[in-house]
Amino acid sequence: MTHVDPLLQVAGLSKFYGARVGCADVSFDLYPGEVMGIVGESGSGKSTLLNCMAGHMPSDTGRVMFDTRAEGLRDTVTMSEPERRMLGRTDWAFVHQHARDGLRMNVSAGGNVGERLMAVGARHYGGIRSTAIDWLGRVEIAEDRVDDRPRQFSGGMQQRLQIARNLVTGPRLVFMDEPTGGLDVSVQARLLDLLRGLVREMGLSAIIVTHDLAVVRLLADRLMVMKDGHVVETGLTDQVLDDPQHAYSQLLVSSVLQV
Amino acid sequence: MTMIRVEDVDKRFVLHNQNAAVIPVMAGASLAVAPGECVALVGASGAGKSTLMRMIYGNYTAQAGRIMIGDVDVASAPPRDILALRRETLGYVSQFLRVVPRVPTLDVVAEPLRVLGVDAAQAEARARDLLTMLNIPERLWALSPTTFSGGEQQRVNIARGFAHDYPALLLDEPTASLDATNRAVVLDLIDAAKARGAAIVGIFHDDAARARVCDREVDVSAFTPRAAS
Repeated sequence: MTHVDPLLQVAGLSKFYGARVGCADVSFDLYPGEVMGIVGESGSGKSTLLNCMAGHMPSDTGRVMFDTRAEGLRDTVTMSEPERRMLGRTDWAFVHQHARDGLRMNVSAGGNVGERLMAVGARHYGGIRSTAIDWLGRVEIAEDRVDDRPRQFSGGMQQRLQIARNLVTGPRLVFMDEPTGGLDVSVQARLLDLLRGLVREMGLSAIIVTHDLAVVRLLADRLMVMKDGHVVETGLTDQVLDDPQHAYSQLLVSSVLQV
Repeated sequence: MTMIRVEDVDKRFVLHNQNAAVIPVMAGASLAVAPGECVALVGASGAGKSTLMRMIYGNYTAQAGRIMIGDVDVASAPPRDILALRRETLGYVSQFLRVVPRVPTLDVVAEPLRVLGVDAAQAEARARDLLTMLNIPERLWALSPTTFSGGEQQRVNIARGFAHDYPALLLDEPTASLDATNRAVVLDLIDAAKARGAAIVGIFHDDAARARVCDREVDVSAFTPRAAS
């Protein structure tokens, strides 16, 4: 196999809430173009882990090494706050479960997308507007909605707008926290299709936290199962779902309702 | 020369939530398939044909032994290498079509080529050819196969599995639920894959189909573990 360096290397990452474990000693490598799912029940530490990796929450131990475009491998934990914020606007993106946490609700759809471009230095109004319209089209939001505010959008549309806002700057790594949570199944399917297409076309790497095993089966190449803050199993997504090795993974898979 | 080599593979399931019951299902499984050869897995229902096939694909773990596809050991390779192997080298036509809802049939079939970087027009042309060959009416191509009949889904699955010329192919009941015309098309596809040098492992309950395309049979009952004392 040809040698490719990992895009992200997480080593010994831990977070404690007093005596309670948020996540403990998590280590893995993520390669360019790979999509990794993190599953586990509520309170398993998967969101804590995601937030620590993305720098939204300070971690207590460990490293999160990212292969930056400008300076190569950098530990994002020890990076200065402005540097990390810049990374969050350029190479990284974060899709929140609730679109309102990732959107500016009083700014138009076009403005939500255009704002990101301006944050990385775009200044030409016409160019920003046409890029924004192009991106709204890619997430299937009609051009005549560009001046509407997200409040006037359905939940699924808000989530697609959040994705456009996040991807417009061409990130290389996307963190997603329950991206299809709270959406109708028909809307979920559309979003999954969209995400899969974007991941393939843009060669994105992604880390997706979800409790929905059907979502990871369709989106993720690899899977990490968490329980009580610890990683109990990792592997190929279909292998972990079809031949789970750990007691907790077996319980998780066997608890899914069949349709 | 071999393309697929299974050596001394053991498989057991440990059911942690059912009193940690240990169920040994396979011991000492071995087989080898050369390029251009099709080997049939045979044995009674429950003997482990699908289990062995899933292990070769890396879908089930193996507890011992080696499963070489070219120079990659599926039994021990990291996920990343298995993913690359599945993209480029190892195809699998399962009995079930698993796709993102809402994606048009044409895209479902073209996808294995798209992930290899083949351009959209070329991948689509290949998908059209296969769907035409397998008698899926053109009016259905823009629709998601999730609403299709069982036989139609099976044919879409086969079209997808044959879109890329994999050097190694696993076929789980590829002719099940097909009419005589489509069965003949699938057997022709298998013959063509052999002719271009693919190494194939197949499960066929259809005796005549097996006799026509398979060069050898491997009886998986021989790999049933002796009852533990």
